[in-house]
Amino acid sequence: MEKIITGKGYVLGNNIDTDQIIPAEHLVYSLTDEEESKKYGHFALSSVPLEQAGLPEGGKPFIDGDNWQSEYEIIIGGSNFGCGSSREHAPFALQKAGIQAIIAESYARIFYRNSVDGGFLVPYESNEKLNDKIKTGDTLELDFENNVLKNVTREQVFYLKPLGEVLPIVEAGGLFNYARTSGMIS
Amino acid sequence: MAMTITEKILAKAAGKDKVVPGENVWLNVDVLMTHDVCGPPTIGIWKREFGEQAKIWDKEKLVIFPDHYIFTADKYANRNVEVLREFAKDYQIENYYDVGTERYKGVCHLALAEEGYNVPGTVLFGTDSHTCTSGAFGMFATGVGNTDAAFILGTGKIWEKVPESLKFTFNGKLPAYLTAKDLILQILGDITTDGATYRSMEFTGEAVYDLSMNERMTLTNMAIEAGGMNGIIKADEVTEAYVKERTGKPYEIFESDPNAQYHSKYEYDASQIEPTVAKPHSPDNRDIVRNVAGTELTKCYIGSCTGGKLTDFQFAAEIIFGSEVKVPTFVVPASTEVAAQLEVETHKGISLKEIFIKAGCEIAQSSCAACLGGPDDTVGRAQDKDVVISTTNRNFPGRMGSKKSEVYLASPLTVAASAVTGVITDPRDFM
Repeated sequence: MEKIITGKGYVLGNNIDTDQIIPAEHLVYSLTDEEESKKYGHFALSSVPLEQAGLPEGGKPFIDGDNWQSEYEIIIGGSNFGCGSSREHAPFALQKAGIQAIIAESYARIFYRNSVDGGFLVPYESNEKLNDKIKTGDTLELDFENNVLKNVTREQVFYLKPLGEVLPIVEAGGLFNYARTSGMIS
Repeated sequence: MAMTITEKILAKAAGKDKVVPGENVWLNVDVLMTHDVCGPPTIGIWKREFGEQAKIWDKEKLVIFPDHYIFTADKYANRNVEVLREFAKDYQIENYYDVGTERYKGVCHLALAEEGYNVPGTVLFGTDSHTCTSGAFGMFATGVGNTDAAFILGTGKIWEKVPESLKFTFNGKLPAYLTAKDLILQILGDITTDGATYRSMEFTGEAVYDLSMNERMTLTNMAIEAGGMNGIIKADEVTEAYVKERTGKPYEIFESDPNAQYHSKYEYDASQIEPTVAKPHSPDNRDIVRNVAGTELTKCYIGSCTGGKLTDFQFAAEIIFGSEVKVPTFVVPASTEVAAQLEVETHKGISLKEIFIKAGCEIAQSSCAACLGGPDDTVGRAQDKDVVISTTNRNFPGRMGSKKSEVYLASPLTVAASAVTGVITDPRDFM
């Protein structure tokens, strides 16, 4: 895991559910076939209503045209990010599109587990509401070692909640790697 | 130390005398359930991680119900069912309920109950968020993703954080114009879609214990809509009778200690609740039916693990009997057993199936169908700017297939009354 990542932020509202992250009709594609799985990146966040896509202005689709990768690397969410279904395709789709970390006020349980146990992306919790302070397109720098988010564009610094007990799983790169390093499985 | 029912079941599964909320424990899993959407990727991860020696920890404890995208021409969806079929054949999975055979069941959460996999005191994980439904049987049941399921598939174990509990008590008798759906929509409005995140939702009280197992499952089914880890109702004689009819497996009845600690407690007088809806676009966007009465509809939908059980159709038939529906109305029995019951069960001497057919409803084959949109050719799928009232569980943007559509969630009584008038209608107008 890299210690610091830098990239553009994509800002969303509260209660971004898994149907908005990856609509159910797309859950049929292979997650392992390199080419076919790009569809998950292409349809990531495709059901977010346009006026709420890329806050504060909205109207900024996460994926441009026919692409399967987004120009954004970090998502700034509100509360209850990832509520709804158990589909692991949700964090997978975001990772496929190029997202490395999400910073939200809170998460739904299964989405959080899937992100960590599947090793797809890092779900950070913020100490304060950030989706009204950061704007879509701002350049962000996320320091994993110190749990700090810097908004380079607006010269803001935000301290994030430490990952706590899931940190060893995040550092290992997912549940299986963690279980192997701790001797649970061979 | 006093414990809740959930804490006691988790302690047993963790091999401990006690557990406390916030503690991470490794659980021994009694049943793992998966389906056609998450089964294939779960199997993929299991093979990748365990390699050539990949072994299923206990074949008898693995249950596979294809149910999501079944009656479709979508080649990718059909490929997923094919993957399950091959897997079941290669590994001789007896608890596989294949499409196109007499064993096909339909929606997994109801099928788990009907086929005797719901056993009080046990721990069940499933690759579906509505796995919490099984908690109606006094057991711990919750949804996980593919990686967690693959881990269980190989080891029979998974970590979980012991949840704090919320207690919901419904006192008194439930009036005839209300169903369990109204109760859970009431709760959702009170605690919102993240009010129970990482928490257990325990339901109790006279009105809850008066409910049939079908109706209890409607309550626990929507615990996830509040973010709940699990929903749970202590097993009683109603539970025992249902379980004994379906399985000979031993069971253990747990109950919360009187002085158990709760994060918070909610009490309701069942008789004071109104027929309730969740307005677009969130299950917690609660209102009473009377406040939205008259809203023009383009579609009505009765189906899913939440609202496609026999009792849901009995409620609906009571209202629809002798009338014709004014807008396209879809009747989707959750399981093949329910579909068969529609032909046998009667209201005023006429089978429920005939009542729905005479009223002009479209009866579809058992599956998850349009509850979650599904492929383009899914029966009942919301199109364009449809305004739908539905007995299902979620109305997030795009959930039923079109992000321009508006979906209201309601009880089968309210949906039936609305089908007969073509506008949202309070069921008391027909009772």
